Amino acid sequence: MNKLNFLQPDKNNLNTYLYTGVVLVALSIFIVFLNSFFNKDIISFLPGSISFFLPLILGFIGLHLIRIDYSGLKFLDSINKNINTNNFNAFLSLLIIFVVIKSLPPLLSWFILDANIAGDSKDVCTGSGACWTYIKIWFNRFMYGMYPNAEQWRINLSFIALAFLGTIGFFATEKFKKYLTLYYVVVYPVIAFFFIFFFISGGPIFFDFSYGIIAAVISVIIGFFIPSKFKMYYFIIVPITLYILLKYVFFYEELIELGKLEALEWVETGAWGGLSLTFIVSFFCLIFCFPIGLFLSLGRRSDFPIIKYFSIGMIEFWRGVPLITVLFMSSVMFPMFLPEDMFIDKLVRVIIAISLFEAAYVAEVIRGGLQALPRGQYDAAKSLGMGYWKMHILVILPQALKLVIPGIANTFLALVKDTPLIFVVGLLEIVGMLNLAKTNPEWLGFAMEGYVFASVLFFIICYAMSKYSYNLEQKYKTER
Amino acid sequence: MSDKIIQITEMNKWFGDFQVLKNINLEVEKNKKIVVCGPSGSGKSTLIRCINRLEEHQQGSIIVDGNELTEDTKDIEKIRAEVGMVFQQFNLFPHLSILDNCTLAPIWVKKMPKKEAEDLALQHLEKVQIADQANKYPGQLSGGQQQRCAIARALCMEPKIMLFDEPTSALDPEMIKEVLDAMVNLAKAGMTMIVVTHEMGFAKEVADEVIFMDEGMIVERAETKEFFANPKSDRTKLFLSQIL
Repeated sequence: MNKLNFLQPDKNNLNTYLYTGVVLVALSIFIVFLNSFFNKDIISFLPGSISFFLPLILGFIGLHLIRIDYSGLKFLDSINKNINTNNFNAFLSLLIIFVVIKSLPPLLSWFILDANIAGDSKDVCTGSGACWTYIKIWFNRFMYGMYPNAEQWRINLSFIALAFLGTIGFFATEKFKKYLTLYYVVVYPVIAFFFIFFFISGGPIFFDFSYGIIAAVISVIIGFFIPSKFKMYYFIIVPITLYILLKYVFFYEELIELGKLEALEWVETGAWGGLSLTFIVSFFCLIFCFPIGLFLSLGRRSDFPIIKYFSIGMIEFWRGVPLITVLFMSSVMFPMFLPEDMFIDKLVRVIIAISLFEAAYVAEVIRGGLQALPRGQYDAAKSLGMGYWKMHILVILPQALKLVIPGIANTFLALVKDTPLIFVVGLLEIVGMLNLAKTNPEWLGFAMEGYVFASVLFFIICYAMSKYSYNLEQKYKTER
Repeated sequence: MSDKIIQITEMNKWFGDFQVLKNINLEVEKNKKIVVCGPSGSGKSTLIRCINRLEEHQQGSIIVDGNELTEDTKDIEKIRAEVGMVFQQFNLFPHLSILDNCTLAPIWVKKMPKKEAEDLALQHLEKVQIADQANKYPGQLSGGQQQRCAIARALCMEPKIMLFDEPTSALDPEMIKEVLDAMVNLAKAGMTMIVVTHEMGFAKEVADEVIFMDEGMIVERAETKEFFANPKSDRTKLFLSQIL
């Protein structure tokens, strides 16, 4: 048997060191575990501070003993490499493990063990944990705001339809792949806009919407049989004609008057709310702020002084003011500048305000990507005879945008989390609804549950977005 | 003007206060191969960058294939489409495959159908012997392969003139040969070429004329044999003695 030196564990006495070390680490974790889960302090006979630090000391010595390089045991090597590289890291690893063990029981008991979810009134919440009954009862309001219960299928249907339309890209055949960008950049937002502002909003205007959809669908179907030479004219003339025919000649309106068809009930935007409003606002702001930001970033680098200084002015102005004042201005000041009889919906104003605000940030992020491209790329594109737009669309932007995916994702996440601020103009998305529910006299004292609920929702949304952006990054990675 | 494809008269250019090109007069006839050499900072690159207006000149005139280079961007794009350029740093588009690099400009600038453009591209890639790499991305190729791809990309626009801006300066000695071979083949096929290079072997082999530049001026211009056999100015002699 070789000589044991506990200050320098080596391979020769591998088993001795290993067993001693593992026992010590296991003991330290066991002590903390008992203390945390069963409230038993088995080392309480020791003086106060020693009993507090003992697990840490034991674990530390244990980890030191099992820190043997190239031991030949795969598992041990991977532990040593990942959490036990040196004394300081071993200490940190232990600390983290202990904190996790310590904090699990209270979290578990609050979230699950002592929580209540049954029943439908405040009285069932007797335990010391969370009162999920509160979330259950208010769930509908948190999702749809003040939107009338009987009409909520319209929101559901719109969101499902949009989600479905959004996945079309995965099913497109080779032949239609090249139209996908056009579809997502132009067609999809327009469809979404129609859905939100005519279907969810409702009212007599809905019929204009349905004429439009019918006219578009019919003309697209016939369009497949038209020689490509005439397509240009065809797609301008036919949809408009169809629309006019439907609106003024055919019998929809008569049907309404006869009571055979009912117009969708109009729901004013002030009644919208909850998570669905969060989605609506975020969705449109994301769609609008990106192209605006793109043009501002190109404008800022333009050679034309007017465009350049306009872009700089826009960017610096919107970056320089707080979002909350922008929203406030959009709701209070802006209408004063409009003519008497003109009215722009509150929600539209808010979306425009947030879009412009975030566009300034997007612009600077994209500009960062443009700056990062070597000048040679511009030279090469120019030397092949490309003009400004061809050069940017085909060569510069694909590379620059790829570079700034993380930055854009950052801005977009910030945008989603900024949406609760629209409460200043009286629109209540999910956090706004929470604040409202919190002050309901029947449900006082459940703010915690509400905020946890909202955080979880926001986390899911934001994590999904960040995952998606990471996937995009990987997808467009072509270098090496 | 007959067969003069490039005419530069009394051209001056400044970067800020610094005059990089002084009183340049240069005429290039069709199908001629011209090598431009000189010490670094002598304005060689700037001169050929002026020919397709990647740099603007402030005085004098440059006429390429009968069109004068002016502020009018429409004309410049037309001229650039007829003048191919190969850069020291290759400048391939890293987000596109080799084939797409070659077909991008023909499809979008010349409005060539995709199929036709791909055939043309493969044809040119075959000439520079990298047709088998067509579906890889630039980052996956060696420097020499990238530079040959850059040559093929320029050729796909079917230019009347090819400009080479130190095409081999960023390459390993072994790769220089494969790029020079591609250029020699191109020269033998009768392309009008202006080549900025330090490869005197290449100059001796293919150049009709050699231009020596120093401090923004054309110091000497002579037939290739004449240039190497008995250079006239002292500056040229000094340069040649150091480089050969």
